[in-house]
Amino acid sequence: MAEVKAVPRITASSRWARRTRHGDVFFWLLTLLFALMIIGLVVAVGIVTYNGSAGVRAEYGWSFLWGTDWNPIETELYPVSFGAWPAIRGTLLSSLIALILAAPTGVAIGIFLSELCPLRLRQPLGVMVELLAAIPSVIYGLWGVAVFANWFNDWVANPIANTVGQYVPWLAGPVAVSRGLAITGTILAIMILPTVSAITRDVLQAVPSHQREAMFSLGATRWEVIWGAVVPYARAGIVGGIMLGLGRALGETMAATMLIGNSTRIEQSLFAPATTAAALIASELPNAQIPLHESSLIGLALALFGITLILNLIARYLVWQTSRGPAGEKV
Amino acid sequence: MAVATPPRSATQTAHSMTVRGLKPFYGKRLAVQALDLDVRPNQILALIGPSGCGKSTVLRCLNRMHELIPYAHAEGEVKLDDINIYAPGVDPTLVRRKIGMVFQLPIALRTRNIYENVAVGLRLGGVKNKAELDARVEKALRDANLWDEVKDKLELSGMALSGGQQQRLSIARTIAVEPDVILFDEPCSALDPISTLKIEELLLSLRQRYTIVIVTHNMQQAARISDRTAVFMVEKTDDIPIGVLVEEGPTEQIFSNPKDPRTEDYITGRVG
Repeated sequence: MAEVKAVPRITASSRWARRTRHGDVFFWLLTLLFALMIIGLVVAVGIVTYNGSAGVRAEYGWSFLWGTDWNPIETELYPVSFGAWPAIRGTLLSSLIALILAAPTGVAIGIFLSELCPLRLRQPLGVMVELLAAIPSVIYGLWGVAVFANWFNDWVANPIANTVGQYVPWLAGPVAVSRGLAITGTILAIMILPTVSAITRDVLQAVPSHQREAMFSLGATRWEVIWGAVVPYARAGIVGGIMLGLGRALGETMAATMLIGNSTRIEQSLFAPATTAAALIASELPNAQIPLHESSLIGLALALFGITLILNLIARYLVWQTSRGPAGEKV
Repeated sequence: MAVATPPRSATQTAHSMTVRGLKPFYGKRLAVQALDLDVRPNQILALIGPSGCGKSTVLRCLNRMHELIPYAHAEGEVKLDDINIYAPGVDPTLVRRKIGMVFQLPIALRTRNIYENVAVGLRLGGVKNKAELDARVEKALRDANLWDEVKDKLELSGMALSGGQQQRLSIARTIAVEPDVILFDEPCSALDPISTLKIEELLLSLRQRYTIVIVTHNMQQAARISDRTAVFMVEKTDDIPIGVLVEEGPTEQIFSNPKDPRTEDYITGRVG
């Protein structure tokens, strides 16, 4: 009979002793290091933009945020002045347009892909959606300038400006050729559409099929199953997907720079040229001659950082709000 | 073995189902050989058999849930009373409203509270009146023997209930819309013995008002609660498994004096 190998006696050991066995401690330290790097990066970005914008904060204080004049070069008519509002306004408005266009469309595409699409189409369509997300933004910008802008002016901007625009100032003409907030928002919408639809599809597919079956077995139509059980179940994830798309729109630089018109004048119409924080930083930072100009651009970066942070916190809150309802809680 | 028939109440509904030449398919593959089956009014018909014999598939054909699986369809005739539910032009959502279904996993709809979990079918049916909803939700919960346990926490999530309670909640949701027939797909296989006992008692009381078909893995359960039993087996032709209905009869006869040797092998534990 083979000799039975002695089984080690079970003894009490400290947590640390258990953890250090089998190289666990090395792996633990390595992953901890990487995790800390994330925090370090966020803090570093905060510190760098905060320090770099010391000049503009000393000059203008908080009023930098709502200052409406951005004049980096002194002329006879206009003194040098740095106000962030034109860029912040452009960022918020173009992202808002993108969100309004992309959220319902993207959620609808996600619902189609997950719930309604014939099986043989699901895979190819899903790959296409993911492919759309992988297209570099400069290509979207190029396509926007070269192709989409003309179509947009002829079929959307001018017709609206000539009809509704007669009465609604923020939709009024003249329509800038190939440039402006509206067309930028539209291109941004196309860019974030795959993000919203892919995430919506994924979270809907994660809804257990028995939730659908329970509704079907009560005589629900597909529509009632989708809106009565599937979408409510996945709403936290859908909100998360929309917010991820919004984050991308807020920070998008290349396509915005190519399409927004880079004008720091505030004009009421959405069809007029404007600018966004990211576009302004990208186009002016290489040419910033005076220290205050550079400091203002970094201040703008800090403001953009703050906006994305706040929106992310709101998104977190929404997700947390809507995903509540586990055992015992009120629905 | 089968329980003595309880006294039938005055509100007896007496709906029957007749299955003729039913052939469930997954894609091009026939899952169960063409079968005939009769579901008698106010009786419990148990479908038993080893895994993969197609008993759940047949059950899901009885209220057209089967065709919701991609590429699945069924041929043949399934009649509720005298209406063929597979006739062209029949709305499957109406079929499912008349022939309810309770599943293996207790399902609390996660985004609805206990009250809404029961009311959801009524709302789908267009009931809007609050008083009527209240009354019918309470009645369904009472009929599902759950009312006393949940009456003080109707606004809580259904996920707060135990597995057995959630299964009775699922039953309450199904009977709230007052179907003609209720199909149970292994309703106790995820439950503990005490909860199972409660569900079985509930099934026997529901039999007074509903016609019931139940799929079960548990032969004792079939023997305890069903009036008639249908036995399914898996057969292999060219290595492709296919379900076969081998025998159907009164439960007592199936378990004491089966006609088919395969049934005898199965119920005595030699196969399956």
